[in-house]
Amino acid sequence: MSHFRTDIRQRAEELVALYPRKRSAMLPLLHLAQEHDGYLSDEGIAEVAALTDTTPADVRGTASFYDMFHLEPVGQYVVGVCTNIACLLAGGEELLEHASRTLDCAVGATSSDEMFTLEETECLADCNLAPCVQVNHRYVRTTTPASFDAMIADLRDGRLDHEVPSHGTLIRVKRQGGLRVAKDEIAAERAQALAARTARADAAAAAAAAQEKK
Amino acid sequence: MATLDAPRIVSSRRDMADSFTWVRYLETGGYNALRKALSMFPEDVAAQVDAASLLGRGGAGFPAGRKWSMLRRSAISYLVVNGDESEPATFKDHYLVERDPHQLVEGVIIAAYALQVTQAFIFLRGEFALGLERVQQALNDAYAHGALGSKIFGSDFSLDVVVHPGAGAYICGEETSLLESLEGKRGFPRIKPPFFPAVTGLYGEPTVVNNVETMSNLPWIINNGGAAFAALGAGRSTGTRLFALAGNVKNPGVFELEMVKNTFRDIIFDPALGGGLAEGRSLKAFIPGGVSAPWFGPDQLDTPLGQDEVGALGSMLGSGSIVVMDDASCVVRATWRITKFFSRESCGQCTPCREGSGWIERVMYRLEHGGGRMEDLDLLLDLCDNIAPGLSWPPQQTTICVLGPSIPSSVHSALSMFRDDFVAHVNHGGCPHA
Repeated sequence: MSHFRTDIRQRAEELVALYPRKRSAMLPLLHLAQEHDGYLSDEGIAEVAALTDTTPADVRGTASFYDMFHLEPVGQYVVGVCTNIACLLAGGEELLEHASRTLDCAVGATSSDEMFTLEETECLADCNLAPCVQVNHRYVRTTTPASFDAMIADLRDGRLDHEVPSHGTLIRVKRQGGLRVAKDEIAAERAQALAARTARADAAAAAAAAQEKK
Repeated sequence: MATLDAPRIVSSRRDMADSFTWVRYLETGGYNALRKALSMFPEDVAAQVDAASLLGRGGAGFPAGRKWSMLRRSAISYLVVNGDESEPATFKDHYLVERDPHQLVEGVIIAAYALQVTQAFIFLRGEFALGLERVQQALNDAYAHGALGSKIFGSDFSLDVVVHPGAGAYICGEETSLLESLEGKRGFPRIKPPFFPAVTGLYGEPTVVNNVETMSNLPWIINNGGAAFAALGAGRSTGTRLFALAGNVKNPGVFELEMVKNTFRDIIFDPALGGGLAEGRSLKAFIPGGVSAPWFGPDQLDTPLGQDEVGALGSMLGSGSIVVMDDASCVVRATWRITKFFSRESCGQCTPCREGSGWIERVMYRLEHGGGRMEDLDLLLDLCDNIAPGLSWPPQQTTICVLGPSIPSSVHSALSMFRDDFVAHVNHGGCPHA
């Protein structure tokens, strides 16, 4: 019995099929599990372990390495404010402090209504619009305290639903179809191409040698 | 005056709102290069890239052609594209994956053909949610139009490309760490030797790892020839390059400039580029190539934007990111934030990096926030010396990967250039600017 909804389970199986080895699907599967539960629940981790032929301890150990995975429940919106060098020079620290006051929660904590989790992030690679803010890993392009507050109000009232989906980085990443190249075809094709290339190299070398003799 | 007459190689569609769509890409010459490449022998495609002398655009600047030729004699298993752009203040690959995903995909197919690889992976940092969507859409379009899958454009070449999301770890930009991550593990860099994934890569098989911008250059190189690319720039730095300008400038952004033909002064001050600093402010320092690079001051402004030109002065062009700090910014605070970044992102395998980064960060914290002591200044240098003995450039390495030796760069630079600022912080009991 799968813990995942039917559609998520199907996507999970499709993802596993994209890789030469099941375990390679670990990170995308963890993103999916997070999309399903809002964080990495014990059930989600167990399912990822089963899908990748690993153990829950192994999955948890891998997930805990990565900043984007939440091993405890988080708010509906994870708000990340960057304070790294470019954002620091543009007031990122001050914006983070302001965000903490607006959301009435400490950095790293979740607001009492469980709607927002506030995080201090490392560089989000959008430095021409510093300081950078992401909500659920969507850039929200807000750089001043006033525009930050307006953005939070929009989120509360659902006006940003189309731009900021709830959990899940991959929620809109839809691959149409799996791998198209049959494995045996790969082997045959590669062997053929390599043989042809070797023949060309040999011919070129022979021609060069003949030239030298002359 | 900046020299801006070079062709835009990777950012030719930057002014088009729909630059990321299949239709716009086709209308602007998209996929002509792939058709041309498929009509050539694979080794001749590789020879064009060799002729271009294209240096890898990820940060290390290793010649892409040489990376490929290491493998040419044996069968290659995988091509992996490094889009884990996380070096602070670097945002050029972000631009390329969001604004021109088809160009990247076409470049990947061309590279895969040259290498005769039949499966490729594009590893993008997980925070690029929109970038992941757009690259996946580009792949879907390519499959739908026969540019990917079996018998591409009716040729004998077949290829599958999978876009793979990272999950928030700077270290995964290090190529062996990226491969570990792609194998579904913690992103721990692998012990060297073997130094190159070309020998032992994904699943232990020969693998080529190239940066997003490197791949994005390939369609132009195939269309125009490697010689045309090599004719741009000077010395070892050929072609154009994307520079990400950030910090205290009027007009931060990504600019494509011909290598070597412009200087730091041009990109920072030219009205068509950075536009200079805010009114009344002057330049204090700038970081020439990502926060792993030693800093430059106003005296180095006229250094050309070239790999060897910057290297000769004891720093690096690195990831192509330039951070400008004006006279109102606090270098102690900036240094503290950079060391905090490294402390957070150290993977924890090697003692000098794991312990050293945290220790340096704590010392920098107390200097900036109060509680710093005069002997901290020597302590910082001592700690840096323990991570990268001799504090030379390029740094000596005591760790598995180069994250560790990157930590001292900013600390050593800031202390050497602005010791008085550190002393003022000690005397003031914290930041005098705060």
